[in-house]
Amino acid sequence: MIVTLAFLVVVAIIVVWWLLPQNLTAKPWLAHGPIEDPRPERDFATAKIGLWVFLAVVSSVFALFVSAYSIRMELADWNPLPDPKLLWINTGVLLLSSAAFQRARNATQREQLHGVRTSLIAAGILTFAFLAGQLLVWRQLNASGYFIYANPANAFFYLITALHGLHLLGGLWVWSRTTYKVFSGAEASKIALSVELCTIYWHYLLLVWLALFGLLLST
Amino acid sequence: MEHIAIADQVHELHHPKSWFTTYIWSQDHKVIAVQYTITAVSVGLVALGMSLLMRLQLGFPDTFSFIAPYEYYQYVTMHGMIMVIYLLTALFLGGFGNYLIPLMLGARDMVFPYLNMLSFWVYLLAVIVLMASFFIPGGPTGAGWTLYPPQAILAGTPGADGGIFLMLVSLAIFIIAFTMGGLNYVVTVLQARTRGMTLMRMPLTIWAIFTATVLGLLAFPALFVSAVMMSLDMKLGTSFFMPAILSMGETLDHDGGSPILFQHLFWFFGHPEVYIVALPAFGLVSDVLSCHARKSIFGYRMMVWAILAIGGISFVVWAHHMYVSGMNPYFGFFFATTTLIIAIPTAIKVYNWVLTLWRGNIHLTVPMLFAIAFIFTFIHGGLTGLFLGNVIVDVPLSDTYFVVAHFHMVMGVSPVLVVFAALYHWFPKITGKMFNKTLGMIHFWLTFLGTYAIYLPMHYLGFLGVPRRYYALGSTDFIPESAQTLNAGITVAALIVGTAQLVFIVNMIWSMSKGKKAGSNPWGATTLEWQTPDTPPKHGNWGPTLPVVHRWAYDYSVPGAKRDFIPQNEPEEDASASGNRD
Repeated sequence: MIVTLAFLVVVAIIVVWWLLPQNLTAKPWLAHGPIEDPRPERDFATAKIGLWVFLAVVSSVFALFVSAYSIRMELADWNPLPDPKLLWINTGVLLLSSAAFQRARNATQREQLHGVRTSLIAAGILTFAFLAGQLLVWRQLNASGYFIYANPANAFFYLITALHGLHLLGGLWVWSRTTYKVFSGAEASKIALSVELCTIYWHYLLLVWLALFGLLLST
Repeated sequence: MEHIAIADQVHELHHPKSWFTTYIWSQDHKVIAVQYTITAVSVGLVALGMSLLMRLQLGFPDTFSFIAPYEYYQYVTMHGMIMVIYLLTALFLGGFGNYLIPLMLGARDMVFPYLNMLSFWVYLLAVIVLMASFFIPGGPTGAGWTLYPPQAILAGTPGADGGIFLMLVSLAIFIIAFTMGGLNYVVTVLQARTRGMTLMRMPLTIWAIFTATVLGLLAFPALFVSAVMMSLDMKLGTSFFMPAILSMGETLDHDGGSPILFQHLFWFFGHPEVYIVALPAFGLVSDVLSCHARKSIFGYRMMVWAILAIGGISFVVWAHHMYVSGMNPYFGFFFATTTLIIAIPTAIKVYNWVLTLWRGNIHLTVPMLFAIAFIFTFIHGGLTGLFLGNVIVDVPLSDTYFVVAHFHMVMGVSPVLVVFAALYHWFPKITGKMFNKTLGMIHFWLTFLGTYAIYLPMHYLGFLGVPRRYYALGSTDFIPESAQTLNAGITVAALIVGTAQLVFIVNMIWSMSKGKKAGSNPWGATTLEWQTPDTPPKHGNWGPTLPVVHRWAYDYSVPGAKRDFIPQNEPEEDASASGNRD
């Protein structure tokens, strides 16, 4: 559970960082009147805070899987998988889709609607390509006899990649709504937040993938 | 700094257009809160019914032919899981959280109302899936609420064919619902507080629900992860948790899995879960005690710090549920130490509640009686927790009725007493009507004395070594005949307490239509939800302008003030009878 506890320490640091300027030593029974308080989070859009809290929950899920992975790995019957070459290509594709989202986000800031459109479409196609690539990896592994029930290492591989893929699929649903909005003629300023949220989410899932991929490679 | 309160503008609100979108498919936090509450209480009544069936079997073995051993285990399992998750978690966070967070903070609604609505419907789906397991062949799971593998999914355990799978699916769905709701509760507290509502002016209810939600968001994933992995072990033949097993003469395909891994994941969720239930109870009871004692809460800052400390420490005590599973003695020592440390902030809270009562102007209203009763049962259950936190005491007591008595006292009876205190306290605001006081008193005394009659003797049964989880004791040398007499007495008390809850339900339903009009602030409370322009509050809560907060939530019996309470939104010049009071 070391990984999960380390994750909790990070969360705790963020919570303390947020709480410190909140004046927790104030004596509220003394001060009267509509005083303002330091609330740096008000500089952020509500939806963005919502997304960050959601990402904390998702991180908790992945941290727990990694913890379970490392505990189960210590037992005698663990038989590591080969590292399919295709995974490297998939990783590159996911990296590109994340970059495409970043481009879309930059384009919204410059209010270049055309750039937003092409980048969003590219990002979507690349993400689908990544998911197709992951399915291909599954098929390759299955064909070479690495079935899910054959070894816990296989089981964890299928489980973790599936979970990561499902999160991308959920992201694609939001992506499709955002893209629809962009193509149905919304102004750049109106879609800026949606594109930004997608970009954060994709960068996050890229990071998670890099961490998981690193874990799979190193074990 | 410019103030940006969410839904500050009336036109940004989602206005319901029909009866259907007002009361059923509603995005209003108050309606969602009532939906959550009614669903949770209903499913809780099912769990209560099952506990009475268990008690009938234990009190009068060989008497009721309709309670077979495998059914008994199904009752044990479903009773535990429903009470902890589908009743208490849902009621405190989905019910009280939804109702009180926006109102107490001076917001018009939650920040993501649509998600909030989905949260309820997904929760309802989780309940339906769970209840469906009663109607499938083999019935619901009887694995115990901890669902330990390997036994949970092996043939011979009740519900191993389908019941356990439905349980796991239902839990996963519940966690999705909780996440949707939880995002709302957290972000609403962060973003939608009205002007002047600093963190340190928030009522303790909000602090507690906020912290409990953060715990839930971080801890429920552990249950999710273990539910997913156990489902795969069951359906796809993986061996995450399943060791090599010879079951009923057959070697199973599983090999090498770790049941202890499941226990770690389960209790990594399971212990914070205790505080997910307890913290909201702490918060609500603080506000009820302060209001009905007409005295500011004692040590407000300490109460806030204690809530935060309990929240933090609750993540590093989980393995105290696993002393008997076998662990390195150093780990046992570590977890025993953290367990005893968490008692410190908890004890601070208890002292502060008692000191809030000290020289207060105590009104023994129905909610106040329940709140004071909570202090009794909580101290009681908390002290036995200190016993069990020590490895050397826990090992012999772990599988006895002492543990049943402990956790029912501390996280069964205590939170439920707060649920009643809070329901009676906020009923006039939610419905606009007053409940019947006599019925409330009858309900209180039967429940309070009755639960003591149930759980106090169980401690003695535990000391005698009476094992828990047994369908029937049979004849044993070390258990005297009198233990059975005690068991029969407990069952009689349980039947009385169970029946007494009907008084509560009748009171609520009757008062909703026939009760006296309550007025907007019948208790003379300071917090914002009692200062709404309409009672019950209308959609949008506050009319054209949001309230502005001028003071903390506990200005009761302030010297020189014209009344014995000053609402949070009352400016200084209105509060004192003769101008400045300082």
